[in-house]
Amino acid sequence: MAGIPHDHYEPKTGAETWLHRRLPIVGLMYDTLMIPTPKNLNWMWIWGIVLTFCLVLQIATGIVLAMHYTPHVDMAFASIEHIMRNVNGGDMLRYVHMNGASLFFLAVYAHIFRGLYYGSYKEPREITWIIGILIFVLMMGTAFMGYVLPWGQMSFWGATVITGLFGAIPFIGEPIQTWLLGGPAVDNATLNRFFSLHYLLPFVIAALVAVHIWAFHTTGNNNPTGVEVRRGSKEEAEKDTVPFWPYYVIKDVFALVVILAVFFAIVGFMPNYLGHPDNYIEANPLSTPAHIVPEWYFLPFYAILRAFTGEVWVVQIASFFTGGIIDAKFFGVLAMFGAIAVMALTPWLDTSSVRSGKYRPLFKWWFWLLVIDFVVLTWLGAQPAEEPYATFALIASAYWFAYFLVILPLLGVMEKPLPQPETIEEDFDAHYPVESDDASSAPAE
Amino acid sequence: MIRKITLSAIAALGLASPALAAGGGGHVHDFKFSFEGPFGSYDQMQLQRGLQIYTEVCAACHGLKYVPLRTLGDEGGPHLPDDQVRAYSEFYEVFDAEIDDFRPAKPTDHFPDSALENAPDLSMMAKARAGFHGPYGLGINQFFRGMGGPEYIATLLSSYEDPPACAPEDFEGFYNTAFTAGGIPDECKDDHGHSKVEGSWIAMAPPLEDDLIEFADHAPADVEAMSQDVAAFLMWAAEPKMNARKEAGFVAVVFLVVLSVLLYLTNKSIWAAIKHRKGPDA
Repeated sequence: MAGIPHDHYEPKTGAETWLHRRLPIVGLMYDTLMIPTPKNLNWMWIWGIVLTFCLVLQIATGIVLAMHYTPHVDMAFASIEHIMRNVNGGDMLRYVHMNGASLFFLAVYAHIFRGLYYGSYKEPREITWIIGILIFVLMMGTAFMGYVLPWGQMSFWGATVITGLFGAIPFIGEPIQTWLLGGPAVDNATLNRFFSLHYLLPFVIAALVAVHIWAFHTTGNNNPTGVEVRRGSKEEAEKDTVPFWPYYVIKDVFALVVILAVFFAIVGFMPNYLGHPDNYIEANPLSTPAHIVPEWYFLPFYAILRAFTGEVWVVQIASFFTGGIIDAKFFGVLAMFGAIAVMALTPWLDTSSVRSGKYRPLFKWWFWLLVIDFVVLTWLGAQPAEEPYATFALIASAYWFAYFLVILPLLGVMEKPLPQPETIEEDFDAHYPVESDDASSAPAE
Repeated sequence: MIRKITLSAIAALGLASPALAAGGGGHVHDFKFSFEGPFGSYDQMQLQRGLQIYTEVCAACHGLKYVPLRTLGDEGGPHLPDDQVRAYSEFYEVFDAEIDDFRPAKPTDHFPDSALENAPDLSMMAKARAGFHGPYGLGINQFFRGMGGPEYIATLLSSYEDPPACAPEDFEGFYNTAFTAGGIPDECKDDHGHSKVEGSWIAMAPPLEDDLIEFADHAPADVEAMSQDVAAFLMWAAEPKMNARKEAGFVAVVFLVVLSVLLYLTNKSIWAAIKHRKGPDA
């Protein structure tokens, strides 16, 4: 395996040698666990473990929930109540699964913005980044379909609105929508296929997670300085790194446990905080709820979807030049998917030769504005589609695209970066200087 | 931190008041219920009174079809003794497909469906309504006050008033200041079609009146007290495992906090050798 030079697994006993010749599985686990990891990683590098935990948690709780759930329009809602009332520990399982989705997305957003700030997407980690975005897209699909399963009012109307987006695609939209739904409208066939896919996709995600980890174990982790680990020799590499076990395993598990304490406070004391009350009303195709709102983690993209109405001049120009093929609805759909697509293209849109945002004085400002933009979009997604929200949503959406398509390419050319440390060791030593005998100069963590 | 950013972002944009308005709905009175907050639990006597009100008043029209009758005997709920659960179940008739006829309900059956077609089932009503949404619509007050479902029910039941002067006498329904989803006569709207009155007209006649019911525990039976009792009962119907869930949550949080302290110390000691090196070149 390529990567940072380090000690590899050597079978010691006869049995180990026997196994190793036939299946080097212990060696694979050893190399994965003992991988040299930059010793200057900060607390924003914990989200990967949190995300892995979330995936396992969702699969484990989901498999048990599936044992008691009935994917049928007449029985789905009642079967959820059966889980909540009659299954041993069923209410806990369901609330953990429900809120687990929120923790999953909170962690993935933190993870993505970590990557955006420290330039984790840059050469040579483009594949890691793109696989990550793929995982994110699959997560959204999985979460969306999972939300349909309880067959409440928001499940049904959310499914109707979101699958309706595909109907906005010119010419082929309606056949695609019918194909997705398994019929002309959201009905039993839809519920059945969503259940099937909701069960399947997490395993696809798990496979992609393995590839994601494989990719960054090949390139090595990025780190807050963005300076690469020295690979000239094992001794040199060891000055920049520590083995993943035990240093980062214990650190990450500590962070995970703190996060889980908050998570279980929410599950235990306010489990419906992030849900919508309307979803405790059984789906009724004849009664549309006053406000159809997606789950919070979709709100930023939902806001972008709704921002581009027929009154926006960009939309009018697009419509004019395409002879009306790109109408406001389709433009909104393109914008929503485009908002994710530009993230996938970041490795090629960012022209700066400096990896970490820490050494990019101008970039920092634009980056934090993007974070605020994201939070504002989340909030706007929950507001009714009327003024002044519509205008704010348009400005916020415009900034999202401007950041990726204009600001990132220009900054790389215009910005004068700050000096970077030569090595990770140098950066680490600056934080934790070698102590003299009186040992009074050690700064606190 | 994200909350903090949200708050400051909203404050900076000066959009706080429209956000509140977006919560929608009429005024919901913040009743104090025993089951609010991380340590709140159901008041067994209140649930029993609520059950009595439901049985004598609400059940005439509304069902509780997701609630199994046997759960009336569960700890943390009304906690009726077994013989009472059995006797209570027999109040209801259920259709049994096996004998192709109606028979008295058993504890293993559920409460019946709504008797009146337009009367919604009440099983999850206390979770299907949010009475208040917290500062900036963020709802973080749920932690201490719940999300206001039972408050909404109690407010609704005690908010019947004489119709305002603008309304024609024969307008269908009953004027209720807490109900916002009902009809409003055109005479009570301004030129833009916006309502000039609080609340709207609801199809349900005022179900409660003072001293309608005599409670075994001689608790007060005015409309306000009864509204709260039945709202508490409906909260239990919607969330029967709440007490156990809060206990499990509390144990989990305490366990995780202790574990996190141990892990913090472990982490600190492991890293100490890396971070705090002695001598000229360690």
